[in-house]
Parts: sequence; C-alpha cells; structure tokens
Amino acid sequence: MTNQPLLVTDGLEKSFGGVVAARDISISVHAGETVAIIGANGAGKTTFVNMVTGYLTPSAGSISFRGRDITGLSPRQTARAGVRRSFQIAQIFPKLTALENIIIAEIAAEKESVGLTTPSLVRSRVEAGMALLARFGLESMAQRRTGTLPQGVRKQLDIAMAAVSNPEMILLDEPTSGVSADEKISMMDSVIAPLKSEKATVLFIEHDMDIVRRFADRVIAFYEGTILIDDGVDVVLNDAKVREFVIGGVYA
Amino acid sequence: MTIDFTKDWRNVALLAVLLAAAFFLPSWLRFLLQTALAGGLVALGVMIQMRAGLVSFGQGLYYCIGGYAVGLLAAKAGVAEATLVIAAAVISSVVIALILGPLLSRYREIFFAMLTLAVSMILYGLLVKAATLGSTDGFNVPPVTFFGFLPAQEARGDWTYVLTALLVVVACFLIARYLASGAGALLEAVAENELRLEYLGSSARQAVYIVYVIAAAVSGLGGALAAIATGHVDPEMANWTTSGGFVFVALLAGRGSAIAPVLGFFLLELVRTYALDIAPNAWQLILGAVMLAVILLLPDGLWSLVRRAPK
Amino acid sequence: MLKTIAILLDGLNYSAWLFLVAVGLTLIYGVMRILNIAHGAFYAIGAYSCATALGLYYSAGLPEAGAFLVMALVAVVVGMLVGLAIERGVLRHLYGQDEVLMVLITYALFLILEDSVKLIWGVESYFAFKPYAYFGFIDVGGLPYQVYDLLMVGLAVVLGVGLWIWLTRTRTGRLMTAVVADREISAAMGVNVTFIFATTFAVGTALAVVGGVATAPKIAVTPGIGVEVIILAFAVVVIGGLGSIPGAAIGALFAGYARAASVHLAPEFELFAIYAVMALVLAIRPHGLFARTDGRKI
Repeated sequence: MTNQPLLVTDGLEKSFGGVVAARDISISVHAGETVAIIGANGAGKTTFVNMVTGYLTPSAGSISFRGRDITGLSPRQTARAGVRRSFQIAQIFPKLTALENIIIAEIAAEKESVGLTTPSLVRSRVEAGMALLARFGLESMAQRRTGTLPQGVRKQLDIAMAAVSNPEMILLDEPTSGVSADEKISMMDSVIAPLKSEKATVLFIEHDMDIVRRFADRVIAFYEGTILIDDGVDVVLNDAKVREFVIGGVYA
Repeated sequence: MTIDFTKDWRNVALLAVLLAAAFFLPSWLRFLLQTALAGGLVALGVMIQMRAGLVSFGQGLYYCIGGYAVGLLAAKAGVAEATLVIAAAVISSVVIALILGPLLSRYREIFFAMLTLAVSMILYGLLVKAATLGSTDGFNVPPVTFFGFLPAQEARGDWTYVLTALLVVVACFLIARYLASGAGALLEAVAENELRLEYLGSSARQAVYIVYVIAAAVSGLGGALAAIATGHVDPEMANWTTSGGFVFVALLAGRGSAIAPVLGFFLLELVRTYALDIAPNAWQLILGAVMLAVILLLPDGLWSLVRRAPK
Repeated sequence: MLKTIAILLDGLNYSAWLFLVAVGLTLIYGVMRILNIAHGAFYAIGAYSCATALGLYYSAGLPEAGAFLVMALVAVVVGMLVGLAIERGVLRHLYGQDEVLMVLITYALFLILEDSVKLIWGVESYFAFKPYAYFGFIDVGGLPYQVYDLLMVGLAVVLGVGLWIWLTRTRTGRLMTAVVADREISAAMGVNVTFIFATTFAVGTALAVVGGVATAPKIAVTPGIGVEVIILAFAVVVIGGLGSIPGAAIGALFAGYARAASVHLAPEFELFAIYAVMALVLAIRPHGLFARTDGRKI
C-alpha cells in the first residue's frame, strides 16, 4: 500500500425522490487490491457501483480515480478513464459471436476515432481477440453465437469484454450470480486469474462468503445504504454485526 | 464472421458488370433500371440505418432535397453542369443532416421513425404550398451538361445512364467499405446493446450520427440522379408514402449487402410496371401482402436473412 | 377581430377533428404498444361507408334527421367489425413482436386496406353533404359558423371524456391500464389479455371510423384521404405523448391551433406548422408532453 490510492470516494450519497439508497460512502482502494463488496439486497451495493461507473450521478460526494475527479462523468467517460465493469445480467451482443463481441469491444476501446474505411477485421484485432478469449478460457466459444450460450459463459464473456483494454480497475457486479453453486469457484478462477495477470484492481459484489473468503483480500460490508465495516476478510466475516445483519440475515 | 464485408467488393464488381451490360437493354427497360438505381440508393440509405436498429420513415427527405437541389440549380439558377448539381445535391443533404443529426441521434425505435417522418413531412408541407415551385405539381428539370457539353436529345439517355451507373457503383463501393469498417461494425453494437457499447467506451449517439449523415449523402445522390433521369421533381419525393417504399425495399433486401437494396429496388420497379398494367388498383394490395408474408414467414430472418445465411 | 374569432373557432374545430382521428391511435398504442399505420385506412373506410349508407338512406326518401342515426350506426357497426376482423384475423398472431416491426406490419395492412377500399368503392368521389348543411349557420361574434362544426367539437369532448371515464372508472378500463403496466403479470393474475386486446383494438378502430363518418359530409370522399390523416394523427399523438388520452387532447389543441393560425395568418405554412410544432415539442420533450418514462435497471 504505497503512495496514493487508485480509487477514492468521499461521502458519496444517492437518493431517489426521498429515498436514500446510499449515504456517506467513503472508501479508498489501492492498486492491485481485490475487494469484495457484500450486503443484503437493497443495501446499496449496485447503487455504489453504478455511481462509480457513471450510470448514476451521486446526489452528494465525490469520486476520484488516479487523483482525477470523475464525479458525474458518463459511463463512456469513466470507461475511457480506465474504470470498467461487468453486469449482474450479462450485457453482451447476443446476435454476434464471442469473437465479434470482443472485436466490437476492441474497436470501442481504441483511443483514436474510428476510421470510416479502415476494415473492422484487421489481423491485429482478431489475434488480440483470440488471445483474450484464450486467457479467459473461452477460445472454443469464438465462433459461437453468444445469445445461445449458457449464462455462466455469457458472464465470463461480459467480463472479458470489460477487460479488453487492460483497465486499471474493474468492477464486477455479482459475477457468480446465475451460475450453479458447484461452478462458482471455477468461474471465479477463470476470470480473476486473467484479470490479475494484467494487474487489474478488482472490486466485486458477492453473496457467497466462500467466494469472498477465497478471492478477496479485503471486504466492505454494506448495510441499509451505508458502510458497516471495511477491513480484512477475516475481521469482516467474523464481525458480530456483519454476521447478524449481512450474513445471518440472508444466508443463514 | 458475420461482420465480414470484405467480400462485398466482388458484389460491387458484379454490379458494375451488370450495369455495363444494361447498355444493351431496350431503352424503356434501361430507363426503368436507371430510375430504380437512383431510388435504390435511398433504400441503401435506409438499410444502413437499419444496421443500427433504426428505421427511418422519412428518408424521402433527402431524396427530395437531392432532387430539388438539382432542379433548382438547373431550372431556376441556370447551372446545369452535372458535376456541380450533383455535388450541390450531396452537399446540401449532408449539411441538413449535420444540422438535424444531433437531435435525431437521441432517438431510438418508433421515436426515431416518427421524428424522421415528421422532419420529412415538414419539407413536404412547405413544398406543396410553394407556388413558385409548382406546388404539388413540382417542376421540370432541364437536361444537364457534361463539363459544358450538352448531348444531343437522342443521346441524353445514354449519357445520364452512364453517369447514374458509375455513381451508383462508386456509392455502393464506398458504403460497403463503410459497413466493413470499424465504424460500420459499431452499428450492430448499437442495435444489439447500446448500454454495453457505452460501457466499452464508445458513443452510440456518435455512431448513429455518422450513419445518419452517410445515409443522407447517399439518399441525396439518389434524389439528384432521379431528377436528372426523369427531368422532373415534385413534393411527392418527400411524402411519407415514398419513404415507406424505401423502407419496404430495405426490409426485403435485408441488411446483408450494400448492393441488395439497389437491385431490390429495380426488381420492385419491374414488378410494379407489370402489376400496374394488369391490376392498377391492386398494386399496393400485392405489395402489402408480400410484405406481410415476409414478416410472417421469416419472423427471425427478416432483419438478417442474407447475413445469417449458412456458409 | 373577426380574424381572431375565426382563428379561435377554426382552431377549436380543427383540434376536435384531430382528436377524433388520433384518439383511437393513442388508445391502441397505449394498451397494445402497436403504432397502427392502418388507422388511416380505418378512417377512410368510415368515410366511404358513411357516404354509401347516406346515399342509400336519402334515396329511400326517409326523413333527413334520421341520417344522423344512420351515421352513428355505421360508425359503431363498421368500426367494430373491421377492428375485430383485423385483430382476430391478423394481429393476434403477431403480438410480442418488436414495436418497430409492428409499425411495418401495420404499414403492410395499410397498403392492403387502401387498395381494398379502391376495389370496393372504385376511384370516383363520393359526396354526402346533406348532414353538414342540415343545421345551418350560427352567428358567433359577427362570424357565421357551421353548427355541424361546433357539434363536432361537442362530439370530440363527449368521446374524450367518455373514454377517460371508461378507462379510469370502470373495471374493464382499469384492467386495460393494468395490461399496459405489465402484460405477463396481468395474465398471471387472471386478466383476460386476449379479450382486452380485442376490445381495445375494436374500440380504437371504431374511433377512427367515427372520425371518418363525422368528416364524410364535409369532404369529397376520394382515394388517398387516409394517407394524410394517419400522418396528422401521428403528429398529434407524438406531441401529446404516445399512449396518453389527455396527451392526445393537448396534442390536438397544439396542432389544431398551429394550423388554424397559419391558415389565417400565413397560409403557405399550413402543413408545415403542424410538423414544426411536433418537431419542436420532441426536441424539448423527447417522448412527448405526457409521456410515461420507463426506468431502466442494470
């Protein structure tokens, strides 16, 4: 934990009408960390991720990434700034093949404006795309139409797309939801390893405490829109309040 | 790969051969082909927007702008040079599209359809009341010159046919290049999952803006060539029923290839010529029935029949 | 002064007409999510049926006042029959399609119906002016005005309010609103969605036919009258917000007064005015004035 943190949120708040969905969310995440976010449904986890990635504008507070204020930027701008995300329900291009999905992601992530006559299928994109699919163990899916693939594979692809530009930070919204219990760990293995190999900082929302214990080095527990506790895995998972309000309440 | 359009240049080459061969067609048929090619460019403009999942129910706007740009220059301003009037038609279409694009690119689905239609009807509404431009009758467009040379009456058809065929091939080639480009590939992404595209760092609105302007350019060219071919323009070019015809062709031709809408329009015109002879009051009925049949029998393939064809 | 009165009355009259031709469109969209281009053809069918029925009625030498009963009868019977035939025969096989695809489907239906009208009634014009002249003129602030036109305003108000009460105060009406909110949940809760859809489409069609019937005595009934109507009705419902009945009323007033003002002040902008208002409203409120906003959740 040297120098300044990668992501800092300060007093983030979001209310819809009169209802406060998240309040006083202040965290800092350092480069290379793997942070799990836990909490019951409606605790404000996704609201938090949506604020950090630009889908929601915070009602109050600020977000900075690499020392740059990114509060209120659009999803596109936060993505360009280096913060990427995946989704609870896989967001992919279902009529296209897995490789095409990745190629679209590559084109979308390129810095220069897209040429109107430069072909989309250049060798470099295809090769990089295949390499990325291989890293995520999806190379056999390259030519399959993604709409018909199982939910778990679609979620892996969703994460692979977010990883196209080797982002410094990636937020995973419930990566293992919709995946059968015995596949959760192998699913996480297949996405966390390739992300870590590129030194990405990972935040993931997770309900399964076995997954949290196995993959996170730090846990932030949300409760009713606020942070209950933010500490090491063992501390958080053994915390009395976490056991009562987060783990016990829903997963007992 | 389904976003592979690298083979489209072969289609364009084929189109070029077809158009050269058409020189030997009887003149009435070649004239039909010529006007159909012009209209086909507009259907092509509709098709490329369909790639982004957008149905323009007002593409006649640019057909009309292109036609009137040629007509006004040739008939009212005395500028009949083909290169100039065609350039003016394309440029005026592009300028209007650049102005309208930022507004229209905010809309999707039926709202895009409705707003494109409204804008086109604004022009229609203005033209039908413009007495100096002949109101609903429109006006005649004098023959164009080629670098100052005015072909003799009987050779004009040859000259304008060559001009049309040439420009249609060039336009199809450029559109094929565009669809095969990175910017073209993003259109599919807009149609499929705009949210995902934004989170990948790309602007869906920008992609829509670009395709809207390109569609306007090619449709304006179509309008210009139609005005030159028929020697006449009228407000009907901007009416929604005209635009509906372009949508019809784009729908039937599919989104697979840049030349499909152009050839599709010719086939439609050919069928229409005979059908109007045989059953003048049932032509639209046949058209509608065919359209329904395609939608019902190809419920999934309609949008992507050619593209999804097994290889 | 007379010009002001004329604009006020013409605007009201034109708004009423626009509301009549547009309200069925917005009803059908609101419940079924179908933007029905064939609506214009229903209007035309109404006008032709009315002209034919009135022709038969008058040639039978029956009392002139009874013509209005004939018109009402034609509107209800033809509207329900055509609406049910199209809904049961074609549309019910296509529910669940993409909204834009439904537009294209109804466009195909429109083309078919337009030619069917030509095949049934031919291409010559029909006239049925008698009911229009029946009530004569009334003096409004020095301006003689057709009573029939003012009655049409009344008809629009009655139908609009009636529809509103039906949708908000009766069981069927409320069920229709429920179907809008969520089709699957409605079906799961035992709402007869099939019945609701058929009813909605029949009523919506009947409203278009009412528009045609009420207009027939004022115009020459000729091929192509449906083409213009559908496009005006679109403008009205898009201004007001697709699917909203009060929206259709407001949209009709916007478009009606825009046209009335331009007819009297700058006639060359007559059609332009309506679409310009539509484009302007949409530029400010992208989904119309009374649009429901659908939230999107990741």
